[in-house]
Amino acid sequence: MSGTHAHSAAFVRDAMLPQEPPPATSVGALGWLRQNLFSSWLNAILTVLSLALIGYVLAAILPWIFQSSWSAGSLAECRDQIKAAYGSEASGACWAVIRERWLQLIFGFYPSELYWRPILGFALALAGMAPVLFTGLPRKMLYLSLAAPFVVPWLLWGGTVWLPVSVALGFVLGYAAQRIVAPLAGGLLGAVVAGLLPVLWWFLLAGPFATLLHQIGPLGIEPVSSRNFGGFMLSITIGLTAIALSLPIGVLLALGRQSDLFILRAICVGFIELIRGVPLITLLFVASLLLNYFMPPGTNFDIILRVIIMVTLFASAYMAEVIRGGLAALPKGQYEAADALGLDYWKAQRLVVMPQALKISIPGIVSTFIGVFKDTTLVSIIGLLDPVGFSNSIRADVNWNGIVWELYGFIALMFFVFCFSMSRYSMYLERKLRTEHR
Amino acid sequence: MSDTAIDRSRLTVSDEVAIQILGMNKWYGAFHVLRDINLTINKGERIVVCGPSGSGKSTLIRCINRLEEHQSGKIIVDGIELTNDLKHIDQVRSEVGMVFQHFNLFPHLTILENCTLAPIWVRKVPRKEAVETAMYYLEKVKIPEQANKYPGQLSGGQQQRVAIARSLCMRPNIMLFDEPTSALDPEMIKEVLDTMIQLAEEGMTMICVTHEMGFARQVANRVIFMDQGQVVEQNEPEAFFNNPRSDRTKLFLSQILGH
Repeated sequence: MSGTHAHSAAFVRDAMLPQEPPPATSVGALGWLRQNLFSSWLNAILTVLSLALIGYVLAAILPWIFQSSWSAGSLAECRDQIKAAYGSEASGACWAVIRERWLQLIFGFYPSELYWRPILGFALALAGMAPVLFTGLPRKMLYLSLAAPFVVPWLLWGGTVWLPVSVALGFVLGYAAQRIVAPLAGGLLGAVVAGLLPVLWWFLLAGPFATLLHQIGPLGIEPVSSRNFGGFMLSITIGLTAIALSLPIGVLLALGRQSDLFILRAICVGFIELIRGVPLITLLFVASLLLNYFMPPGTNFDIILRVIIMVTLFASAYMAEVIRGGLAALPKGQYEAADALGLDYWKAQRLVVMPQALKISIPGIVSTFIGVFKDTTLVSIIGLLDPVGFSNSIRADVNWNGIVWELYGFIALMFFVFCFSMSRYSMYLERKLRTEHR
Repeated sequence: MSDTAIDRSRLTVSDEVAIQILGMNKWYGAFHVLRDINLTINKGERIVVCGPSGSGKSTLIRCINRLEEHQSGKIIVDGIELTNDLKHIDQVRSEVGMVFQHFNLFPHLTILENCTLAPIWVRKVPRKEAVETAMYYLEKVKIPEQANKYPGQLSGGQQQRVAIARSLCMRPNIMLFDEPTSALDPEMIKEVLDTMIQLAEEGMTMICVTHEMGFARQVANRVIFMDQGQVVEQNEPEAFFNNPRSDRTKLFLSQILGH
């Protein structure tokens, strides 16, 4: 109230106040400490107590981690070494088991002379993902993204080079059908034919076609059976495929659920609710046991492929609901503006609605991704040797019987690295896409 | 209210019909929002639609580009009848520009991208040409320097002018304005109205739902008053404001001009 007088209401400011720096206690390191740790007596006490608790926990864990043995042939040997080095009361981690088995935890029983194939495959997968994740990279790298889905599985499983070619041909077929049918018979029929034709091709003709080509021009690498897959390679194979496929399928399901076409809407709602209403583990049992009963006798439907399909369907249902949340958050005016400009349904979705809805849904989408990746450990229950499944077989070894923390700690650390990177990426993406108040 | 001088002699109306609405009715569920609307609008006309809230004026202009569907009667825009045929609807929409109360700019695109999106994807205009057109219209609404900002960084008045430019980039024959200044601070209303006046002077066919009676007096060649989903009165602005004939119109005018 400076400048005003109690006895008069009229007031005119004759000089505007200049801007002044904030007080020293509210800026810099001192300001940060005050604001975040010692803003009141209660907060100060809590800060001190929390620091004490953290210190206590670290004091217990750190010695265990570092008073450790890195080279031993068995758990007993480990313990002897630790006692010899740090005294008879000391207990420490036996990292020797990781040192001995880390290759198996990563590759499972994949033949060691062929390790270069999964390594090259995942390098290629990373290179294919990079231009999708980071728009600043050269656009030419998108060719890698197109090639990776066909080349990487071929590198992993090996076999004739004609199989991925034949599978890729399915997409070409679908695209061609869409281009030919849509102008003749309308967009809807075009989409249906373009969707059905590749599926028929893959189920009925792609295999024989590849075999035929292989007989004409045998060209391939040594095949590796799915039984030999294991460790993080298996987790990443299942997780990455499910993640990459669940987003587009989830978008389509979410749109279908909002569609004006009653039958389409009913199918999408039914699918989403059915899949969400069933535990993933049940779906995995269906994949490993029941599905074979429905297949013609003698068909060999790869177990990893079956698991991938189930995990993908599971993730897609959740993804659809996450994206529906984003769609619902979008103001109606955005749809109306797109309509009023003459954009048709698919263009409006692609250019106006989805970029915004997906942006709103990023936290939910990434949570689903992280959940899917971690859920891949459930495949250990149907007998696949993912890291958790493999750790069981390591503990069944006489030498390592009784080892728990070190194995699970290592597996947890690996999962944390993957999941934390996804989480960081999502925050980077949110920051990049923020267009308000920049 | 705008005080920009306007030369009414420059505002010409042609004999050609731009929009024809014949015996049109619309219901929201059981509620009869628009009742037997008959309206013929010629090219170059500037129509102001006014009336109390809930009278159906917004719904009426939203029917003209099929943001709302009418259940009976005919709407013919530029010779194209609006039916369920999606091709006709898209054709009408690309010839009719619309400006909304809440601007409805696309927040994930820059101002320039907002303006070039529809020309590139609907009209198939080459990108370079679309950018040139966009810059031409952004200059016209006097904000070319904001082209690379995002809508969230602009004031309400600037956003609404961008929305007008975005519509103009499609080179529409008809412009619909749905309460374009109702969400704006008083200081910003004038800049938007000035832009609209400029458009009128260039001969654009305009239908404008607004409460800006000064704008109606100055620019409109016809004022339509609606109540309870019906056209209650229509007349030239001078006659409409000075000698309203229906009691409902008199009451409405006394309430909005009374203060």
